[in-house]
Amino acid sequence: MMFIRYAAYRLLTMLLTLVVVSMLVFVIINLPPGDYLSNQIAELRATGQAEGVAKAEFLRTEYALDRPLWQQYLIWAGFAPGPNGFSGLLQGDFGWSFEFDRPVADIVGNALWLTVLVNLAAVLFVYAVALPLGVLAAAKSETAVDYTAAFVGYLGLATPNFLLALMLFYYGNKYLGLPIGGLMDPIYEGEPMSPGKVKSVLLHLIVPTFVIGTSGAAAMMQRLRANMLDELSKPYVETAKAKGMSPTRLLTKYPLRMAFNPFVADIGNLLPSMISGSVLVSVVLGLQTIGPALLTALKSQDQFLAAFILMFVALLTLIGTMVSDLLLVLLDPRIRYGARDG
Amino acid sequence: MTPLLDVQGLSIGFGDAPPVVQDVNFTVNAGETLAIVGESGSGKTLTCRSVLRILPGAAQLRAGQINYNNGDTVTDLLTLNERKMRNVRGNRISMIFQEPMRSLSPLHRIGNQVSEVLHLHRGMGTADAKRDVLDTFERVGFADPERAYRAYPFEMSGGMRQRAMIAMAMVSKPDLLIADEPTTALDVTTQAQVLGLIKNLQKETGMAVILVTHDLGVVANMAEKVVVMNKGRVMESGPAPAVLGNPGHGYTQKLFAAAPVIPKVAEPSAPLNYDDPILELKSVCKTYTVRGAGWRAKTKVHACIDVNLTLPRGKTLAVVGESGSGKTTCARIALGAEAPDTGSKVIFHGAKGSDPLPVHNMTRPERVAFQRQAQMVFQDPYSSLSPRMRVQEALTEPMEIHGIGTRADRRDKAAEMLRWVGLNPDMLKRFPHAFSGGQRQRLSIARALTLDPSLLVCDEPTSALDVSVQEQILTLLEDIRDRMGLSYLFISHDLAVVARIADEVAVMRQGVVVEQAPPDTLFYDPQHPYTQALIAAQPEPDVNRPIDLSLVANGAGSPDTWPEMFRFDGSAAPDLRELTPGHKVRCHV
Repeated sequence: MMFIRYAAYRLLTMLLTLVVVSMLVFVIINLPPGDYLSNQIAELRATGQAEGVAKAEFLRTEYALDRPLWQQYLIWAGFAPGPNGFSGLLQGDFGWSFEFDRPVADIVGNALWLTVLVNLAAVLFVYAVALPLGVLAAAKSETAVDYTAAFVGYLGLATPNFLLALMLFYYGNKYLGLPIGGLMDPIYEGEPMSPGKVKSVLLHLIVPTFVIGTSGAAAMMQRLRANMLDELSKPYVETAKAKGMSPTRLLTKYPLRMAFNPFVADIGNLLPSMISGSVLVSVVLGLQTIGPALLTALKSQDQFLAAFILMFVALLTLIGTMVSDLLLVLLDPRIRYGARDG
Repeated sequence: MTPLLDVQGLSIGFGDAPPVVQDVNFTVNAGETLAIVGESGSGKTLTCRSVLRILPGAAQLRAGQINYNNGDTVTDLLTLNERKMRNVRGNRISMIFQEPMRSLSPLHRIGNQVSEVLHLHRGMGTADAKRDVLDTFERVGFADPERAYRAYPFEMSGGMRQRAMIAMAMVSKPDLLIADEPTTALDVTTQAQVLGLIKNLQKETGMAVILVTHDLGVVANMAEKVVVMNKGRVMESGPAPAVLGNPGHGYTQKLFAAAPVIPKVAEPSAPLNYDDPILELKSVCKTYTVRGAGWRAKTKVHACIDVNLTLPRGKTLAVVGESGSGKTTCARIALGAEAPDTGSKVIFHGAKGSDPLPVHNMTRPERVAFQRQAQMVFQDPYSSLSPRMRVQEALTEPMEIHGIGTRADRRDKAAEMLRWVGLNPDMLKRFPHAFSGGQRQRLSIARALTLDPSLLVCDEPTSALDVSVQEQILTLLEDIRDRMGLSYLFISHDLAVVARIADEVAVMRQGVVVEQAPPDTLFYDPQHPYTQALIAAQPEPDVNRPIDLSLVANGAGSPDTWPEMFRFDGSAAPDLRELTPGHKVRCHV
């Protein structure tokens, strides 16, 4: 019951934060002077293309770019009616991309899911690698196991991602026959889901997951190792040992549970850092994620596209932190009861 | 008869260094209690942990045998293989540790952690184990075993957690219980409860106990045999009455001399003269509001209720009480570190006849001046000195902040203060980690003295220290008080320490001063049931005068069970009245 109440409260704060973030995003994107259309109009005027000017002017009024910034924001977010009634984020209208001359939803539609897919796979990879290696490194600290894990970890941290990507593509393709670039075989693009398509996507995911996840996994492993080492010297570990527990059971039941907290708390940070960190990788690997689209949009002041993508990343971050907060409450009775005891 | 446990020639060392435990021999018979006594660094903890082989990773067992007799066969625990050893741990020999707060996992329920022993060693299912655990919980004195089973450690007080630890150690009905300083972190009445509990359980089950402690009073009340250790060697061992009654070894005699005791007083002393107070607390109250979860109502906790204290210049006023009595809050309010409720007054008199200064209503310059004159010495010398600052930096920093003297002046002053506290000025360049606990507390005192204060607030300055070091620090504090004309507000939970240093003692219980008098008067004729309970619970190092553990374990009980004169309900405590000159007691007339 308490948990449900807390979850509801947390959801509410998340939505409020999202509104604040949307304001910030909108203001920051509009900080540089001019907008995509005014730039275009100036350019068209200079080259004397009158009919293009008319279209751009039409779009300017259509998207209310001629109004004050706060009105633009309210219309974009869907809090206030625009020239064509309510049609903003809240109503599911993500706006128009001037650069691509298509609705934003069309451009990012597929990329959104692929982004989520690639990054979720990377997060799972990070956890799957960091958890056992971190625990092992701590349990066998200052032995060959620990040093090897640390060495591999530092290697992962220090190698530039795109370089790693190129190397993996080359060797993966040469020896394992792994596909190069893209997220699926070109024949499946735009096709409905099928077993063949799923298989193709999974095969294509291997290298990107590895590349995007490696540095995160290395950092997480070191953190987990440090946490575990702290926990291993606590008196309750000694108590458990004096009880006659076997080392493996002791390790997994007590210190691991304790070391898990920061691990879980990291979920929130991991998602956005991976998405922004994977832009370069996506370009190199030719992944159709939103990373490259964000880059173009920001460069050309394609404000609705950029704003939407930033909002999307913010949403992922907020969901991530909410999930980790809720998990922490479930995992740690001290947090659960802390509020009650004051 | 073969003894239950026979330790022979035990040596433990680290790295290439000489052994820190050397050639230790002792035996424990079934059902017997052996006390290992020593100060920190004596090797007593390593010795008892080596029985279960739970030593720090770097420790090497260099020589010796620990023969354990399980009834029909004798095995050497030091050479037993790891798997069989696990079968001894927690099953035949179990252990309880010093810090009940940290010795239980905070993330698992008590019931889970205790019944785990039965899963491990008896292969019991959850339901069977739970039945046994609830049974044990009842025997260790949990009023509501079911609730304790479901509780998390942080929901319990220190004494309750130590009970849970004992339950965990007892649930497998071991032959031997090793208790490593089981009551050091607890108040005296809680200590009596825990010791009484161990004794009763021992009587019921016939197990043997190894009690590791530094407190000779505890030894006198618990042990049949005593081993006195110093610097890794056994100094003296034998039956408790012989060792305690007539200590043969010089080291044991030294321990006895250093152990503070509540004196036997022949007559009360004259009341203090309050003509020239340095600090006055007038009707000081402090209420904390504890936030409820989410929408729950806030609750109020009264840490201090109508506290009136006067500290005469050049004297020592001690505030004594168990944890949660509000004594530390008092000290913080006296220093201006915390604001009391409105209506409270704290007045400081810098010099005789100077203008009284309201501590909680000062201008900025007044505050700076006050902070120069009132300094604090903290409880834990390990955490009150920054490990990254050299002694010189730590000692000159207060003067720097107050802009006193030149660099050279400050360094000279720091060197002088080191000499004052009995350290060598050569030590200025060292870092705190190069010092022992006692030396660090000296540094802490030196730091407080660098500003030439007139008032020193000491918050349990000796409770983290060994008895012999405690003795030295108390002597030092007395010495500098008399040489520099300092006044002390001395916070402590230990009546014996207070008996020695204080000119007046205020006994606090749950935010209220229940009795106040010069120590001689207080110990000559303790009036209030709470004071009496505290005095009774103080174990003395004399086997002929054991305390009645089960009686003192109740403490003073709740106020509605007190004699008519002191009784009250709820928070309607009677007023503090002066019964004889200088002796104030909270009672009805």
